Amino acid sequence: MNTDEILKNIKDKFSSDVLEVFKKSETRATITINPESLLQIAEYTYKDLECRFIIATADHTKKGFEILYHFSKDQIGLIANLHVILPVDKPEIESLSNMFSATNWIEREMHELYGIVFKNHPEPEKLISEGNWAEGVYPYRREFK
Amino acid sequence: MTKKTLIPIGPYHPLQEEPELFKLYCEGEIVKDIKWETGYNHRGIEQLSEKKTFDQSFFLVERICGICSTSHPLAFANALEEAGNIEITNRAKYIRSIIAELERVHSHLLWVGLAGHFLGYNTVFMWAWKYREPILDLFEMITGNRNSYAMFKVGGVRRDIENSMIPKITKILDMVKKKTDMLVGAVMDDPVIHARTKGVGTLTKQDIIDYAAVGPTARASGVDVDVRRDDPYAAYPLVNWKVITAEKGDVFAKAEVRLLEMYESISIIEQCLEGLKKEKEGDTEVKVKHVAAGWGTGHAEAPRGEVFHYVLTDGSNSPARHKIRAPSYTNIATFKKSCVGQTISDATISLAAVDPCYCCTERMAVAYNWKTGERILNGNELIALSAKKTQKIRNQI
Repeated sequence: MNTDEILKNIKDKFSSDVLEVFKKSETRATITINPESLLQIAEYTYKDLECRFIIATADHTKKGFEILYHFSKDQIGLIANLHVILPVDKPEIESLSNMFSATNWIEREMHELYGIVFKNHPEPEKLISEGNWAEGVYPYRREFK
Repeated sequence: MTKKTLIPIGPYHPLQEEPELFKLYCEGEIVKDIKWETGYNHRGIEQLSEKKTFDQSFFLVERICGICSTSHPLAFANALEEAGNIEITNRAKYIRSIIAELERVHSHLLWVGLAGHFLGYNTVFMWAWKYREPILDLFEMITGNRNSYAMFKVGGVRRDIENSMIPKITKILDMVKKKTDMLVGAVMDDPVIHARTKGVGTLTKQDIIDYAAVGPTARASGVDVDVRRDDPYAAYPLVNWKVITAEKGDVFAKAEVRLLEMYESISIIEQCLEGLKKEKEGDTEVKVKHVAAGWGTGHAEAPRGEVFHYVLTDGSNSPARHKIRAPSYTNIATFKKSCVGQTISDATISLAAVDPCYCCTERMAVAYNWKTGERILNGNELIALSAKKTQKIRNQI
């Protein structure tokens, strides 16, 4: 399966939830999706397309909280990024950690650094800020003028 | 109620690359549960990087890890060059691969030595570290530093490997290859090491996929993943080599993968040195004046697995967002699978098997909680326990 087929499969299967597909090169692509559909699309990417989860990147921009879930299809060297944008006033998204353990730490880390809430996380304990960080202070949030 | 013994490994402990606390809850000899705490040394490198220029960030990311210090700059360079659409010269590609593979050899030798130490095989420890020294001397000759080499920059490398250095490098590599044969013989044919490592700390293929583990940890469980081949960078597409895998997923398989990888690394370096002779001396960089706005994802196969960097650029000379994922981030979490159900004496080698770095100093408290009856073992007791088991097996064979 090549990059075009993978992108087409995701687009066809979740046409109403895929907002934008950006193919940067043969081995790099970003798929912007509706946050509510993350669980289904991530499940399809992980189980059916057999992609490996690398890591997730969160960022605070003027659009809100953006999360990129980086998946890799190692057989063709493709890095496919699932991109969601969450509103700043209610940054909530479904946790993927019930599906596979690889997101367990990074979701907890993103919660501590950005204050993003991962719903139904199996182990919603602190990861890096145990005991010595102020409650409700999220150090990686930015201020925009 | 069954009394559980709590064995803390950390927060500062030679088993781990960074200060992290593993709590092993044991009933008798068996590890029943494992919990971890981390964040003792959170340095905020991702945010620091956003405050620095691209050139400065190379020195910053180099300091993420003390052992595989060149992997992070390499992944960062790959990410930036992808973002800026920059193609580097062949000479720079060869030099990048040579440095990365020399690092793999010294890192794997370090692991073999420490694995031997934890099993009570100090001879293996001393051999492996003795023959790691000439590799560090090579680094000093090539880069000026034994570690943290400061070799990479956007568009190429900072220093050339002059053709006159090649014979000396080849000579040392020949010696290391011979000594690797000796180490392979010492480890792979020893019945006691077999007894201590086979069937211990096993990770199945499904565990690897579930935790998204990478590097030798994944390859030892039959998951054939290596970004040097899957998404080629530097000079890897220009040379012949193969990815080493094993099927069993136990500590022995991980040792086997690492030892055999050293031969591949030496072969890659030799081919790259031949490649260097064909390229013009001094042709090590392309001038980069500006990295365009956009994003780049770069990865590099560190000795412990895939290092991943995501860089968002906004047209200025520093990253707008810089995300870093080191291989241990996913590999460490597999401890939950590899340690639970094992004996305490096997826990040390199971924890060490994914090769967390050993650069931290041991500063562990020894305590005994009279109220709960929890007994706490310290690091030396743990290692002594492991060594004792090896001695017991040795006496039986």
